[in-house]
Amino acid sequence: MSTVQTSLRTAVEDTSLAARWQQLRANRNWQAMWFMLPTAAFLLLFLAYPLGLGIWMSFTDERIGRPGIFIGLENYEWLWDDAVFWLSVFNTLLYTIVASIIKFAVGLYLALLLNRHMPFKAMIRAVVLIPFIVPTVLSAIAFWWIYDTQFSILSWSLIKLGIINENINFLGDANWARASVIFANIWRGVPFVAITLLAGLQTVSPSLYEAATLDGATNWQRFRYVTYPLLTPIIAVVMTFSVLFTFTDFQLIWALTRGGPVNATHLMATLSYQRGILSGRLGEGAAIATAMIPFLLAAIAISWFGMQRRKWQQGNDND
Amino acid sequence: MASVHINDVRKSFGGFEVLHGVTVPIEDGAFVVLVGPSGCGKSTLLRMLAGLENITSGTIAIGDRIVNNVQPKERDIAMVFQNYALYPHMTVAQNMGFSLKLRGAATSDITARVKKAADILDLAHLLDRYPRQLSGGQRQRVAMGRAIVRDPQVFLFDEPLSNLDAKLRVAMRAEIKELHQRLKTTTVYVTHDQIEAMTMADKIVVMHDGIVEQMGAPLELYDQPANRFVAGFIGSPAMNFIEGTLRANGQPYVETASGARLALASAPTASEGMPIVYGVRPEHFELGDGGIEAEVVVVEPTGSETQIIARLGTQDIIAVFRDRHAIVAGDTIRLRPRVSAVHLFDAEHGRRVS
Repeated sequence: MSTVQTSLRTAVEDTSLAARWQQLRANRNWQAMWFMLPTAAFLLLFLAYPLGLGIWMSFTDERIGRPGIFIGLENYEWLWDDAVFWLSVFNTLLYTIVASIIKFAVGLYLALLLNRHMPFKAMIRAVVLIPFIVPTVLSAIAFWWIYDTQFSILSWSLIKLGIINENINFLGDANWARASVIFANIWRGVPFVAITLLAGLQTVSPSLYEAATLDGATNWQRFRYVTYPLLTPIIAVVMTFSVLFTFTDFQLIWALTRGGPVNATHLMATLSYQRGILSGRLGEGAAIATAMIPFLLAAIAISWFGMQRRKWQQGNDND
Repeated sequence: MASVHINDVRKSFGGFEVLHGVTVPIEDGAFVVLVGPSGCGKSTLLRMLAGLENITSGTIAIGDRIVNNVQPKERDIAMVFQNYALYPHMTVAQNMGFSLKLRGAATSDITARVKKAADILDLAHLLDRYPRQLSGGQRQRVAMGRAIVRDPQVFLFDEPLSNLDAKLRVAMRAEIKELHQRLKTTTVYVTHDQIEAMTMADKIVVMHDGIVEQMGAPLELYDQPANRFVAGFIGSPAMNFIEGTLRANGQPYVETASGARLALASAPTASEGMPIVYGVRPEHFELGDGGIEAEVVVVEPTGSETQIIARLGTQDIIAVFRDRHAIVAGDTIRLRPRVSAVHLFDAEHGRRVS
């Protein structure tokens, strides 16, 4: 009895193995895994690996041309007592907060304007995008001339208008330099915010505005109770990206001031580059770059939780 | 409640006139349906009444007040939109109370009025839901609730049932009519569906290409259509039109191009030889001797009645019978129009002549 049963079972197992292989080959998830593999490999190789390497490096004393040894938190301890590092943190926060708020306000205003019916609408929308499509370094050079100590067109215009008597030292004075780089960043960043919000505005059904009009809403009330709440999801996304891009900005600062004068415009990214690449202290540079991560995570977390609160967007739970 | 007077209203978009002088008197408490094919200007007229479109010329009065230059919110009207236009980020209660909130009503007052409207529409258990969580019919009722809460002088409905499935549409039709009978608020209702118009209206206004073709009570339009357009638009299946020549010497009849003779009770005077359109509704055919000979193309039984599509010369004719006849495609039948229910239209302009 028992022998018969055993042999029977092996036969069943044999066929089931073949059947399972057949099943696996037809399984869509199994196929999907193979399709995902190239992307996953690409992401691991070019995103996860460098990120992990960077974080690892921040725990070593690696220099250019010399492999480092593990030194624990020593780099961070150094930075903790480094006034220039803290100045760069302050600068980065100031730069990010001021620029993001103004980009949001101006971008939203522009989006509302562009959402109206007007002649040459398509052309004006295209023109708005120009600051966004000009290469950063190119626009930075243009701003460099605009802010030039001797040949600044701004200073020249203000003198001709009789408002000031001598050239403003835009990039030479700490506060002027900060304001100048922030302005340049805003100029570049507004189109992204405006066009994205415009796309969001266009998803709002015109009949909602008509309903609100009939409900007795004024222009401001229509914005306050209809447009703004409906736009919050896209605002959260666009502002998260805007904050991330601004926080990690490097090109504009490097082309305009290289962190000067006296580190007044040094951002964490530029400081990291200066210490890590120019000075060759890779470990310390990596530590500065790694120190940006908590700030970025915080920004993402804020928008994530902000977005989760909006219950009205979710679910089709008819019952 | 108030009467509404639309007086010689015109509307142009750019240089293009879409409404060519429309006059519609609407009595206090009436349920008026504006009906017509798409592009006839019915929605534009409704939006002008709401204040969402400017009036190019003519006047619109609500009650005794001409509202041409009155802001929409001061017209004391409420509108139900085709896509409901519910605010997605507000709960049902907030949607319904929004207009009161904007007017600065007290919270307790808003709650009470929303509750009352919700009870009327059987929405009380849904007040905390968001529009997304509602079915199509429920959203439609919320849209109506939003209008009721305001207790306006006039309700405006812009194709409110178009987004619902056929069964729900029939149910909501009855619900809207019942609501009107209860509230007795003047209602202007726009639809392209003549069944909705027939079933709901006290008065139907048939519009076509920016003019009013005819207005009147539903059965008046059905029995006495003023022209060929109205005759063809009202009634389903549509009226059959057969072109022919009037023969009025002796016993009058209409002779078709193929030589068939269509019986008439009487003919207008001095009309011998006049080209004419002979109109018969599908239900006004009888089977039997003396009728016109036609070949059956399709038989469509619906259970309660049977529709027969038959070919007369080059033209298809639809006949509807309540009785079940043993007719199959390919048969030749004789269709006899009920002469008392025949409509004659002038072939050139389509005007009613009998």
